[in-house]
Amino acid sequence: MNRALRLLRRRAVGSIPVLLIVVVLTFLLLEAAAGDAVDAYLLSIGGGDAAIAQSLRASYGLDQSMAARLWLYLSSLARLDLGWSVAFDRPVRDLILERLPNTLLLMGSATALSFAIGSALGIVAGARPGSGRDRVLSTVSLVLYAIPSFWLGLVLSIVFAVQLRWLPTSGIETIASGRTGLSRAADIAAHLALPVATLTLVYMALFLRVMRAGMAEVWELDFVLFAQSKGLSRARIVLRHVARNALLPLVTMLGLQSAAMLGGSVVIESIFAIPGFGRLAQEAVSGRDTALLTGIIVVSAVLVILVNLAIDIVYAALDPRVGASERGA
Amino acid sequence: MRLLRKLLRTPEGAIGLGLLAVLALVALFAPVLAPGDPLRIAGRALTAPFTDPAFPLGTDRLGRDVLAGIVHGARTSLLVGLAAACAALAIGLCVGLAAGFAGGIVDEALMRVVDAFQIVPSFLLALAFVSVIGASVPVVVLAIALGAWADPARLTRAQVLSVRERDYVASARVVGMHPVEIAFREILPNVLPPVLALAAIIVAAAILTEAALSFLGLGDPNIVTWGSLIAEGRNVLRSSPFLSVFPGLALVVTVVAVYLFSEGLGKALSSRGGAA
Amino acid sequence: MTALCEIRQLAVTYRGETMPALKGIDLDILGGERLAIIGESGSGKSTFARALAGLLPDGAAVAGSLRWSTGQPRAGRDIGFVFQDPSASLNPVLTVGEQVAEGARRHLGLSRRQGEARALEMLERVHIPDPAKALHAFPHQLSGGQRQRVAIAAALAARPGLLIADEPTSALDMVVQAEIVTLLDELVREGGMTLVFVTHDIALASGFADRVAIFRDGMLVETGATGTVLAKPQAAYTAALIASHRDLATPPLIREAGR
Repeated sequence: MNRALRLLRRRAVGSIPVLLIVVVLTFLLLEAAAGDAVDAYLLSIGGGDAAIAQSLRASYGLDQSMAARLWLYLSSLARLDLGWSVAFDRPVRDLILERLPNTLLLMGSATALSFAIGSALGIVAGARPGSGRDRVLSTVSLVLYAIPSFWLGLVLSIVFAVQLRWLPTSGIETIASGRTGLSRAADIAAHLALPVATLTLVYMALFLRVMRAGMAEVWELDFVLFAQSKGLSRARIVLRHVARNALLPLVTMLGLQSAAMLGGSVVIESIFAIPGFGRLAQEAVSGRDTALLTGIIVVSAVLVILVNLAIDIVYAALDPRVGASERGA
Repeated sequence: MRLLRKLLRTPEGAIGLGLLAVLALVALFAPVLAPGDPLRIAGRALTAPFTDPAFPLGTDRLGRDVLAGIVHGARTSLLVGLAAACAALAIGLCVGLAAGFAGGIVDEALMRVVDAFQIVPSFLLALAFVSVIGASVPVVVLAIALGAWADPARLTRAQVLSVRERDYVASARVVGMHPVEIAFREILPNVLPPVLALAAIIVAAAILTEAALSFLGLGDPNIVTWGSLIAEGRNVLRSSPFLSVFPGLALVVTVVAVYLFSEGLGKALSSRGGAA
Repeated sequence: MTALCEIRQLAVTYRGETMPALKGIDLDILGGERLAIIGESGSGKSTFARALAGLLPDGAAVAGSLRWSTGQPRAGRDIGFVFQDPSASLNPVLTVGEQVAEGARRHLGLSRRQGEARALEMLERVHIPDPAKALHAFPHQLSGGQRQRVAIAAALAARPGLLIADEPTSALDMVVQAEIVTLLDELVREGGMTLVFVTHDIALASGFADRVAIFRDGMLVETGATGTVLAKPQAAYTAALIASHRDLATPPLIREAGR
């Protein structure tokens, strides 16, 4: 446990300069916007004169120099204040906190399912690399991973929601249904079924391929031959020796993919009209709301850092060599 | 070349290269295969596919030819995919070489920047970039490249670090080669193969990202792309799902072709007997 | 001593290779003996060891016959195998205890607790320092010599009648080599097992083997009682091997470690 905590602290501390770079670069990029949120706002209310624009800018602090605004932003960030959303007329932090749980539910379920199914199928394929089973699974996973998630979402939507009418097409729950407890949970589950299924199919393919590739490599190692020389059952060799070692690169891949998966939530939430974090990003873009967009990017970075820290702990738990000093020849 | 022949001997390489060749030809000869502006109104609205020989894949809400859209859309996808991958690789190689060579505090600082770009979800980054600068093909290419250069940078640096200490580099130094010359003559050729393997993956990801951006309405509005076709088809999803299905199939085929090509390339590169 | 295994015209060609690794080997392995298979790189000695244990890779073409007096042997139960590189033989993510116990649990039907007790017993027999702690240790925490002891313990946990050791000391330091060989000698004697010891080092083998078999280029050159072969080698190759290893200091080293 000590080993894991030490590693965790070192990684957490190392993440701070990176987060700082993210904040500064994002801020600089978004401030380069030609035409800011005030312009967009004015456009949406049908125009306004220069005086109104000027006073709006002053009230939102948008008329100061870049460096001053950056400093202001950093100091408010330290107080966990993410600024004000001009498009929604609410604090950015509130918006994000409101939308984030839906996305976490969506991504969390999809990740868990795709990891479980993907690695299980990967073990089936990797149990005998080059076999017919392996070739079929590898081909299927290749095609699945090539499918754009938003298109798959649309197709599943057409089949299951439109044609068969088994599942709802959009939203996270039936609005104003007044359901509570288990009934509400079931309703949300029905609404999330298609988006989760879409993401699961795509990411499962990735995990399948990584597990299978990892196992193919581990089969070449000597300790597998040693296990065979002990006459162990095939199941034990495949699971406890080969797959158990192939799990390591798979867990690493999970960490590496976390950022991509968070990004992928944007299109999926758009298709299924899920009021989540990703959808918020799209709305920030159309509303030219730089404060909101900056806040979203910063929070995404923090989430990815946190996920990676968690993955590091899991990896250290799975691999006893991590963090240990080498003793002996 | 020998590499090409090895590539074609693998089933993945042969199929992948074949498909890509067809796609490239379609993209190249789009104006010939589907003359005129694909966004012009060509016929009756919402013609079903496989019914009218003039419009083999049907028409959309405004009567635009779906097949023409797909054929012209191939240009965007392939162009953006390749350009973004090249840009990402170029940036990544430079940063990786610099970091691997310089070492010390320069290396540390550059790696923190690489970390920063890897932590931010690349799609969000592309989204923000396009929304700020404006949607046009060069901007989309740059936006995707910004999200993709971090991995090649990291890989290049790892390769440089491992190659830098090898004997043939030391001998070059002893002979008196200038460091920059060493970088290009000795180190780069040995760093390239794994980075090139990554290239195909980046192309595939770039194609998908471009499609997603256009789907959300953030692509170049003046040209037709597969993503915009799918978005357009979404409006009539219930009545005419084929409008969204066909461009999606085109995407799948293209990306599968890239993956197959990359697998074939990987096999051909690794089966090469003991180079360097 | 009766023949544990009669090998007739054993030939092995690996998949994708044109040259056979073994060409027509005729050899008897006598029950309870310590046989040393001696040869240089490429002589086919490792291939022979693996063919005997049934550990050849997929697609390897095998010709000839292996007739066992006690019926077809099962890996782990009847034959134990020790590899050259102890760092590679052990699974890095599983504990030492689990890896030593697994063979015994599989073949002797032991429960988890019984398996752990057996593992402890085996670790003690191979003279691992602090065996109770070693049970829960991971391979990377042990030295090379200790890892090889663990591998031997794991190979012998299910009480096989035959132990095949493929260059078990080549990856270790000189002094550790002597310790491991002495250990093998002791275990084989205690357990009444048969030992087939593959090595390139004729001096090492001469210290404890009853019989030697000299291999060269996939063929059996000469075989016989150790003393006889060393004193009066029939083949020129054997004489050359002996000549290149004439080092009077080496045998005493082994006998010294055995004290």
